[in-house]
Amino acid sequence: MPLENEILVRARDLRKRYGDHEAVRGVDFEIQRGEAFGFLGANGAGKSTTMRMIGCVSEPSGGHLEVFDRDPHTDGPAIRARLGVVPQDNTLDTMLTVFENLTVYAGYFGIKRKEARAKAAELLEFVQLTARSGDQVNDLSGGMQRRLAIARSLINAPDLVILDEPTTGLDPQARHLVWERLFQLKQQGVSILLTTHYMDEAEQLCDRLVVMDEGRIIAQGSPRELIDTYVTKEVVELRFGGKHTTALAEIARGLDGIGGQIEPLPDRILVYTDDADDTAAALEAREIRPTSMLDRRATLEDVFLRLTGRALVEDEA
Amino acid sequence: MSVISYGLVRARLEPSGSMLARNWVAMRRAWVLVVSGGVESLLFLFAFGFGVGSMVGDITLPDGTVISYTSYVAPAILANAAMMGTLLETSINVFAKFKWMKVYDGILNTPMRPGDVALGEVWWALIRGGIYVGMFVIAMGAFGLLDSWWSLLAVPASVFIALAFSGIGLTLATFFREWTDFDWMMAVVFAMFLFGGTFTPVEAYPGFAQPIVYVMPLYHGIELVRGLSLGDFSPMMVVNVLYLVALAVAGTWFAQRRLAKALYK
Ligand SMILES: Nc1ncnc2c1ncn2[C@@H]1O[C@H](COP(=O)(O)OP(=O)(O)O)[C@@H](O)[C@H]1O
Ligand SMILES: [Mg+2]
Repeated sequence: MPLENEILVRARDLRKRYGDHEAVRGVDFEIQRGEAFGFLGANGAGKSTTMRMIGCVSEPSGGHLEVFDRDPHTDGPAIRARLGVVPQDNTLDTMLTVFENLTVYAGYFGIKRKEARAKAAELLEFVQLTARSGDQVNDLSGGMQRRLAIARSLINAPDLVILDEPTTGLDPQARHLVWERLFQLKQQGVSILLTTHYMDEAEQLCDRLVVMDEGRIIAQGSPRELIDTYVTKEVVELRFGGKHTTALAEIARGLDGIGGQIEPLPDRILVYTDDADDTAAALEAREIRPTSMLDRRATLEDVFLRLTGRALVEDEA
Repeated sequence: MSVISYGLVRARLEPSGSMLARNWVAMRRAWVLVVSGGVESLLFLFAFGFGVGSMVGDITLPDGTVISYTSYVAPAILANAAMMGTLLETSINVFAKFKWMKVYDGILNTPMRPGDVALGEVWWALIRGGIYVGMFVIAMGAFGLLDSWWSLLAVPASVFIALAFSGIGLTLATFFREWTDFDWMMAVVFAMFLFGGTFTPVEAYPGFAQPIVYVMPLYHGIELVRGLSLGDFSPMMVVNVLYLVALAVAGTWFAQRRLAKALYK
């Protein structure tokens, strides 16, 4: 059994500066053994930078960081020996086959050949790539490369697996395959640290998460706690025919006092409320008639929107 | 060696050994590429040694000895082969792994350090250079260009050349930005080949040019290999060896610093 409340990563006022741009502006967090911990944030929030500092491949420019109770500055190799890392861009070795990517990588951890081969075969089975064992990495699809990178990160039986945007750029089916593997790891009790800008990913996989924006942590808790704290139970989405940005903002002003917070978006208006039926009735009373009205449960996306006034994933048009 | 120091050395060298192992696995399917580099220097030996040599015949060295021109040029071409083998391996291939394929980015997420990577690349370059040198020495022997058993010392001598140039090549790889930078390197390499004492003793150059030649790493390599394969020893060889080793150490150390700076960002 894992020790009760064993802290794997401890960060206090952690900072990283690039030239005169501060990518990480003093973050505090603690990651415990056995949990799946997430960093949710939009592009450029500083997630990867934070992961790289934890992974001991980037020197913090300020604050305090401890991984496995050690100092990354002096004990980088010892810390990395116990980490499994899936970087944002895979960094698979394209000169090697799928199988060799695992066995050679095992060599970097000082794992002996025979053990490496057995472990590699087992991990390929785990990520369902056994049939592609002898292929060149570049012949694999994006989802397969991601799974290979995940398998590779497990070769040293790490105490903590760091996954930087594990499913970004994958099609829905490939995402689900990755999620399944991560769920399974969770069930095996592997500690997971992941970053994402998909709220559904964060909601499904993370026990606890922080919301990061422009180098700062702006909220933290379990997905449920975050939703309960920052937004109402339900959200009503209103659309008004072809009306857009300014026209919608105009309408939004007329909604004052209906439900909780009103959030006009480019193509729709969100009304946060504890009771969707009440809201519908209130709209009717003011003779405001949207062309469509959808009520749904509030999500982390709403939390992010509420906290930053921006959507998590910018429209990929 | 005591058990403790053996353990220390092993712990120090094992990581660079796994970098070497990675290159071995990657190249396993491409040995033709490795061997073709050696064949190139053999063609040089034919062209210059036998082609030009048959026209020049014998030459008289500054100290008065008379030898065939082919025996005079062959060691220099051997030195050149050792240089090219390691320089190309470390510069072009390391550049490709570093900037293009991002191989080292993945590796640094493991306990491996930039120094282990650099050292592993040096071992690999030595092996590759060693293959060229081996092929070449066998050819020299077959053509009767090895005058004594002493000349087999040309093989370890070439190792010093290979060491020096793998250090230099590694450092260059960290500075290169694009493929055209290699044209510059090749131009310098060719100048060294032409003017580093390959075809004539350095004493034949005008006075002002001689200090430049003494700085060229290839010159020291050529002096060393030539002296050994002609059985013509001089205390200057110690200087040659020290110069080459110093370049190797400085190059490798500098390269790992540069790798760390670029990759630990
Ligand atoms: N090596 C670097 N040099 C300069 N700026 C960088 C570097 N890496 C990241 N940044 C900057 O730091 C900020 C945070 O980047 P990153 O950590 O990659 O964000 P995220 O992973 O959340 O998208 C961005 O503004 C990015 O441009
Ligand atoms: Mg990122």
